[in-house]
Formats: sequence, C-alpha cells, structure tokens
Amino acid sequence: MARLNLWRWGVLGLAGLYFLVPLAASVVFTVDVPGQGLTFDAYTQIFSTEGFASSLLLSLELALATIALVLLLMVPAMVALRLGAPRLRPVVEVVCSLPLVVPPIAFVAGIGTVLKWGPEHLSRTPLFQTFVAIQNPDFPFVLVLAYVVMALPFVHRALDAGLRAIDVRTLVEAARSCGASWPQALAQAVLPNLRGALLNASFLTLALVLGEFTVAQLLGFQPFAVWIVNVSGSQAQLSVAVSVLSLLVTWVLLLVLAGFGGRTRTTSRG
Amino acid sequence: MTATAVRVDTAPAAAVKRRRRSLGSLAVVPLLVFTALAFGLPALAMLDGAFTVKDPSTGATSYSADNLTASLQGAYLTALLGSVKLSAVSAALGALLGLPLAQAVVTSRFPALREAVLTASGVLANFGGVPLAFAFVATLGNAGVLTRHLGLTDKGWDLYSFWGLVLVYLYFLIPLMVLTITPALDGLRSQWREAAQNNGATTVQYWRHVALPVLLPTLLGGFVLLFGSAFAAYATAAAMVGSSVPLVTLQIADALSGNVLVGQENVALALSLDMVLVAGLVMAVYLPLQRRSARWLA
Repeated sequence: MARLNLWRWGVLGLAGLYFLVPLAASVVFTVDVPGQGLTFDAYTQIFSTEGFASSLLLSLELALATIALVLLLMVPAMVALRLGAPRLRPVVEVVCSLPLVVPPIAFVAGIGTVLKWGPEHLSRTPLFQTFVAIQNPDFPFVLVLAYVVMALPFVHRALDAGLRAIDVRTLVEAARSCGASWPQALAQAVLPNLRGALLNASFLTLALVLGEFTVAQLLGFQPFAVWIVNVSGSQAQLSVAVSVLSLLVTWVLLLVLAGFGGRTRTTSRG
Repeated sequence: MTATAVRVDTAPAAAVKRRRRSLGSLAVVPLLVFTALAFGLPALAMLDGAFTVKDPSTGATSYSADNLTASLQGAYLTALLGSVKLSAVSAALGALLGLPLAQAVVTSRFPALREAVLTASGVLANFGGVPLAFAFVATLGNAGVLTRHLGLTDKGWDLYSFWGLVLVYLYFLIPLMVLTITPALDGLRSQWREAAQNNGATTVQYWRHVALPVLLPTLLGGFVLLFGSAFAAYATAAAMVGSSVPLVTLQIADALSGNVLVGQENVALALSLDMVLVAGLVMAVYLPLQRRSARWLA
C-alpha cells in the first residue's frame, strides 16, 4: 500500500510540475524583465494599451450574441425531442456532431469562399447588402454564425446531460394540467430545472468565443485572441500577461461552475 | 360509465400526441435551417471550390481534380505528412501519459483533488490556443525564463521545432485523455481486482489480463480523439512557430491569405477537404470504439 501511495504521489507530482511550471514561469516572465529588474509595468499597461478595451468588448459582445442564439436554437429543439418527435433525435445528434468532423480552419476556408460570392455574383441583388452587413467590422455577425456552429457539440452534450436527469414529460404535463400555457410550462417548469445545464452550456460557449482565434484571424477581424497575437510582436511581456490573466479567469469561471453544478446535482438527487 | 370515460380519454390523447409530434418537428426546424445555412453552405462551397479550376488567362472555370492532386504534392504533401506525424506522436504520448495520471486521480481518496483535476482538464483540453502558446514561449522560448536560467539554448533546445510542438500539444492532449479515460477507469470494478487477487494474480497480471483488455477500446478511442484534436489545432502553432514546422493548418492559412503565392485559394480548399477526410476517418474509427467501451460502463 505504501508503494502504491508513493507511485501515485510521484505521478501527481510530475503532472503538477508539467502543468504548473509554464504558468509560474509566465508570471515570472512578465514581472522579471531582463535589464529592468522587478516590475509590474506589463499589468498596469494592459488597460491603457490601444485595442485592449475594444477587442475585449467585441469578444464579449460576440460571446453574448452566440450564447443567446445557440440557446434559442437548441433549447426548444432539445426539449421537443424529449416530448415527441423521437425520430428526429438521431438527425439532431448527427447535425450537432458534424462540426467535429470539419476542423475550424477548413470551416473558415468554406466561409471565406461563400463570403466572396457576395462581390462576385450577387452585387446587383438585395442579398449583397446582407453580405456586407454581416461583415461589419464593428460587429461581424458572420463570426456569431460560425461560433454557434462550433458551439453546437458542446451545447448539445451539456443540454442532453441536463435533460437526461429530469423527467420533462411529467413536468410539462403537470404544468399543463395546472392550467399553464405551453410557453409558461417551458419557461416556469422546464427551464428552472435545466439551470445547471444552461449555465454549463453558456460558460463553455463563453470560453470558446473568448479564446477563438482561427476563424476571426482568417476572416480579418480583431477580437481578443487575435489582438493578443497582434500585440505580441511589439510587447512580449504584455501579451504573456494578458494570456496568463485570460487563462486564470477562464479557469476560475469554470471552477465556480463546477462547484455550482455539483451543488445542483446533489440537491436534485436529495 | 367506464366506457364513456375511456372513449372521452382516448380521443384527445391521440390528438395531443399528434399535436405534440408536429410541435416537436416545428421546434427542430429552426435548428436544421440554421445549420443548413451556416454550416451546409460553407461545406458545399468548400467541396465545390476544391474541384473548381480557374484558367488564369481566360478566367473560365471548369471542374477537375487538379487541386486535389496539387494538394497531395510537394510542400503541401510535406505539410500534410508533417501534421499526421506530429498528431500521431503527440497523441500516442498523450494517451500513454494520460492513463497513469487518470488512474492516480481515480484511486485518490480526496474528492477535492479529483474535482480540481477534472475541472482543470476540462479547461485545458478545450481552451488552450493562443494563451497556451504564449505561456510556453515565456517559459521555454528563446527568451523564456527556463531557457535563460538553465542555459537550454546551448544544450540544443529549440521550442520552435517538432519536439517543441509535441511538448506544447501535450499540455492540452493529456487533459483530454484524462477526461476520456476517467469514466472507463471508474467502471473497473473492485470485484474484478479482488477476484484476480483471490486467484493468485499479481498486480502486473491483473493489469495485463483484466484491466487493459477492458480499457483497450477506450484507450484506442482516446488515441484517435487526441489525434483528431492535434490534427485540427491551428491557433497554438500559428501563434508559436509561424511556419518553421510544416503543418497542413498553417499551409491552408498561408494559401488562403495569399502569403506565399497568389491564387492558391482553391488548393487551400482542396487541402481543407483532405483534412475533413482525415477527420471523418478519425470519427469513423472513434465512434464504434466508444460504443464498444460504453458496454463495460453500464
């Protein structure tokens, strides 16, 4: 037994070393600049650097729009699959796993091709205005469309797990026989029971959008992750400082979520 | 009395069922229409573009397999093979290193440790990308903290190389393996170990004849999943190495943005199609393996 414990702590220790050293070294890198000694300039500069606020704001707006759209599309569909239409369930499952087969870089190559149709073939049709509008650099809606597709597998898994844990049909029937309308039954009986799953899906989507680089960079927009890379050429310390902060913030958010999810699971069981 | 009650009950029940079914289909329609537009359209455009050849002198377009042939030659083939090699090596290492870590976590007596490791794995497995690349550049890059303090450059260390990328990729592949294999390790029943011990088996024999055969589908499935994840990765490599290691994702990005040669967009689409085929193959291997491993977890 003692030998077993030694083995386990050895494995955990090595893993801890491998996973924590880059984080610790990054922090050291940002505060211990060669030739300057100990300095916190990298962190104090973050907020005054050009592009930080606007790119972060853009990322947050994109994230909110993505979360709203993906939940609006997925929640009614998933609940409906539980209530009836079980024949459509495999269809939805396949549709939601398809993005896993198409890597983001291949997906963005396809999106770029479609976007080029606008100027090439559609310039005299009203559709052209739509193409221009979704590529508005202030709020590129085309990114929201892409992110919703990329979030589908995560959201599907999260909602499926949540719906599995509750008896949707009984809930809806109970609400209906108490005189609730369909929207009321959905909003006041089903959704509160899905709170954990909805939060889970939202946070995963948030983390996905905040960290997304491939699609945004290749379509020529500048949300947060693209900004970090662009700024790294001139200000290495700053870009690492922002990277460390964004990793830590995502981590804390998901830890909070895990704690929350754990609690809701135990209360619903008890 | 009972007869009427039954009749009154069944008629609306059938109507409700019918209404429910149409309502169900109606709620799924927006999702299907959306994916057809936002996902189907780009996918079709990619397929169409991959087979379209544009004559530079006349501007006329025709369908042919020239792009696909070009995407499997020269620098593009090197990049494709480079990606496959990098993904295979890092996936194999990730699977081998993830298994003992997951076992250490599963057999631990501290639930907090387990929760922390699994949550951390969830974060690291999915959301590495750019921050991950910069963390490693700051640690082991040319001006990195460890590189400077340990004088690693003189010892031949170079982060912007094949093995440097493997080291970085493991940072999100090992957590992915831990997430994949933990449910299977949880499914190993203690009775099996006890039964093996009662029959006089040593620990090595137990793993060799009982645990590993049960885990094998999950292990292989995990390897395939890791391969696909490493194969599709772009942000980390782009932020880190530029193009010092030939990778198919970097080639596609270069061809799309016209960095190297102008007019290579359709070859980029053909390369994307190559990637989709490899990723599809990965899923075709992964799904049956996952179904097989799920049998033991019931």
